[in-house]
Amino acid sequence: MSETPVLQLRGISKSFGSVQALTDVDFEVRHGEVMALVGDNGAGKSTLVKCIAGTHSPDSGEILFEGKVVHIHGPKDASKLGIQIVYQDLALADNLDVVQNMFLGREERDWLWRLREPVMEQRTGETLSSLSVTTIRSIRQPVASLSGGQRQSVAVAKAVLWNSKLVILDEPTAALGVAQTRQVLELVKRLAEQGLGVVLISHNLHDVFEVATRITVLRLGRDVGVYERERTNQQEVVQAITAGIPTKVAGIPETAPELAT
Amino acid sequence: MSSDVDIAAPGIGLPEGDEAEAPPGVWRRALDNLKTGNLGILPIVLGLILIIVFFSFKATNFFTADNFNNIIVQMAGLTMLAFGVVFVLLLGEIDLSIGYLSGIAALAVAEFQLPGSGHAYPGVVAIAIAVGLCALIGSAQGSVVAYVGVPSFVVTLAGLLIWQGVILQVLEVKGVIVIQDNLINDLANYYFSPHAGWLIAGIVTGLYLLGTLGGVIGKRRARVKIQRPLLIVAKVVGVAVACFGTVAISNHAKVPSGLPLAGVLVVIFLIALTYLAKRTPFGRHVYAVGGNAEAARRAGINVARIRIIVFMISGAMAGVGGVILAARLNSVDLNVGGGTLLLDAISAAVIGGTSLFGGRGEVRSALIGALVIATVSNGLDTAGYKTGTIYIVTGLILLFAVTLDTVARRLQVRSGR
Repeated sequence: MSETPVLQLRGISKSFGSVQALTDVDFEVRHGEVMALVGDNGAGKSTLVKCIAGTHSPDSGEILFEGKVVHIHGPKDASKLGIQIVYQDLALADNLDVVQNMFLGREERDWLWRLREPVMEQRTGETLSSLSVTTIRSIRQPVASLSGGQRQSVAVAKAVLWNSKLVILDEPTAALGVAQTRQVLELVKRLAEQGLGVVLISHNLHDVFEVATRITVLRLGRDVGVYERERTNQQEVVQAITAGIPTKVAGIPETAPELAT
Repeated sequence: MSSDVDIAAPGIGLPEGDEAEAPPGVWRRALDNLKTGNLGILPIVLGLILIIVFFSFKATNFFTADNFNNIIVQMAGLTMLAFGVVFVLLLGEIDLSIGYLSGIAALAVAEFQLPGSGHAYPGVVAIAIAVGLCALIGSAQGSVVAYVGVPSFVVTLAGLLIWQGVILQVLEVKGVIVIQDNLINDLANYYFSPHAGWLIAGIVTGLYLLGTLGGVIGKRRARVKIQRPLLIVAKVVGVAVACFGTVAISNHAKVPSGLPLAGVLVVIFLIALTYLAKRTPFGRHVYAVGGNAEAARRAGINVARIRIIVFMISGAMAGVGGVILAARLNSVDLNVGGGTLLLDAISAAVIGGTSLFGGRGEVRSALIGALVIATVSNGLDTAGYKTGTIYIVTGLILLFAVTLDTVARRLQVRSGR
């Protein structure tokens, strides 16, 4: 691949006391692709994301953002770089409306310190329609009155509005019904089409195989391998999640070869 | 439904706006509002009218221009405290120290104008010291809440005891301090001439009109749909009627004739604090922290800073209220800041519709709630009822208002699908 990946992690290790959460993990996301991050509970997915978000700092290894080594020390650093994380429990304020949530923390204001509501309203409308989010009746209604899928859409659209380059979605479909899941997966595809790097963390392999370009499997804090969706199947990935690489003895995956070509 | 239609018509101010069905829109919206418990200030305004009608029949000297002015001056100090309470409640916190904090302000303003004490400053300076001191105390209490994580109930309960103690310590020796400074006393005892009153009503209405026009022009420029133009016109007319009506009644009063300065101060703070809460990023962040502190933190908002500033506002408003209350009595004694002041201030904010659970409420609710409390108390007093009755009735109104809020909340959750 000649193109620089939007995010590249090299040899990331992290331990909490005696617990080795991540061991020498490599991970990369390219522009315009959906990289799924899968693994069993405790495989280290959340720890890896927290390293990217700056909540944890890795013990060793380096993080490259668009080819440059970066040090991320918190949500502010991450969002300055253009990394937006959409959490499972939806970081939206229920009492605020869609526009207010989309601009929360980055409100447009004029010289009188006055909020520029019309501008924000207009840009929210544009962003939502660029992502074909059509089910929200009014962007001036409080988020509390939206459905789960609509709320997830707002959270994702927020990432687009702020010109993020990398969007990390933590279990975006976990609490959603069939139709709403479809809605959110469509949105994930469109994000990648717009040239963003997307990381999709999910337990649901069905969802993963529907939208992912590549799949990274974590197991017991190590990356077992990267699979291209086109050249793999659910069975192979499930096996990697539960038993590591089939040819090796389960539980000792450090010799796992890079399967991606 | 095509996407363009939906997104191009987002200009709906209230949650239930449904532009697609325009003709029966007004009634549908009203029904929607009722069903979802979004009643706004309607019940409390109706309640206030009932109270006024009741006392007008009950007491002969209640429905008079003199008593109207009287109520304005009586409620001014309380309203200032309640303004601060609104901000604290928006965060979902509580400030129990404001009663005695207002006493500290009264004490400070009296002390620093005292002739022959060696630190007799001009009235303006004394007021600035008093309010500044309270703001400082408020931010100190807020810092303990924000950085250490002690619940605000406990921190400000400690504040309540401490500041009461300080007042007792100082005034046990001095007894009563008389305020002789004219500027300070004028805060509660000055009445504008009829012409000045009309001028003020004109200025306030004009400012509101300008602000509204500015908003409309901004929306036009951004090509955002203007929702419910009739309501905007109705609001401007309503403000004009309220302003000129108040001045008309005040000018009719005999004993102290004209618009009371205290009332004008209340309106100035109402406008300034509403601007802060509704039009600035800071105000937006207060609502966000009250609604979901974790979401606010993740959005990059400095939650601790917001908390401290809000407690500072609460302290400062207690200071302003304390100075006005002291000015009304022209003196400070051992009872300063005590009695039902604290609970009245919190009740006022809650009766006016500010939620105790954080994230919902308006600055104006403090004014409306204080108006209810002051009117009931004044009315019962004028009709010759005892203090006990006043407390019982105020308590019942408070219970009713909070019940209404809780039911409204439940309805909103239910309609939130």
